[in-house]
Amino acid sequence: MILTNLESVPGRFITRHFGLVQGSTIRAKHVGRDIMASLKNIVGGELVGYTELLTEARREATERMLAQAEELGANAVINVRFSTSSVAQGAAELYVYGTAVQVEG
Amino acid sequence: MDGFEAYAALFQLLVVLLLLGLGFFVGRWHENRHYKAIHRREEEYLNVPALVTRTVPEDRPIAEAWLVSGTVVVSIDYFKRIAAAIRKLFGGEIRAYSSLLDRARREALLRMKDEGANAEAFHNVRIETSSISSGGRKTIGTVEVLAYATAVRYRK
Repeated sequence: MILTNLESVPGRFITRHFGLVQGSTIRAKHVGRDIMASLKNIVGGELVGYTELLTEARREATERMLAQAEELGANAVINVRFSTSSVAQGAAELYVYGTAVQVEG
Repeated sequence: MDGFEAYAALFQLLVVLLLLGLGFFVGRWHENRHYKAIHRREEEYLNVPALVTRTVPEDRPIAEAWLVSGTVVVSIDYFKRIAAAIRKLFGGEIRAYSSLLDRARREALLRMKDEGANAEAFHNVRIETSSISSGGRKTIGTVEVLAYATAVRYRK
């Protein structure tokens, strides 16, 4: 499966469009990480726990999108966009969407 | 005010001062170290173009294209948080926050480039910033930056 955030797959021809595919996941932090984060808030810098959490969650969302694309018979997803929104206190939704297509060449 | 209350007040003041000092010194040390690392790593990618254009130039045939991304969650230190709160009384640019976001964006871009280590160019680079909410007043000061792009390799 090819993923790009361009309007095409460079060097290949799009033969079929399958429309929008999407994946999302809503994640909450756990207390241990929150305590570590509030300690880190004193000295500043990267909150590694959160970075890992969000990276993992985004991968999960992407996998869900890819599963949808596969079901449709696509072999690529183009114009991929990510979006993050906080839906509740301490929880964030990671959303990814794109256009499922079939490419050749 | 009896003796106990006076001690309690003094203790609270000491805690705040300690946090301020920790934030100032450790935070500054962290920032300097981070900037050094950023400059060093940015030099490694000087000859790999990262473009924000949505279309890929047609002049060179492309062999492979794939999506790469880099994320970082950073938080501001205690000293800068207080400095920003004071700045908010008068208005104007909050420089403490500018450096935080600058560091975060550059770090995210570098991680994205690390993921596409064998790429020859990055097209359609997108950077997205979102504030990570932990509720209440602490909401400000923790941001997530996501950078993503299409990495390409040209046909030889």
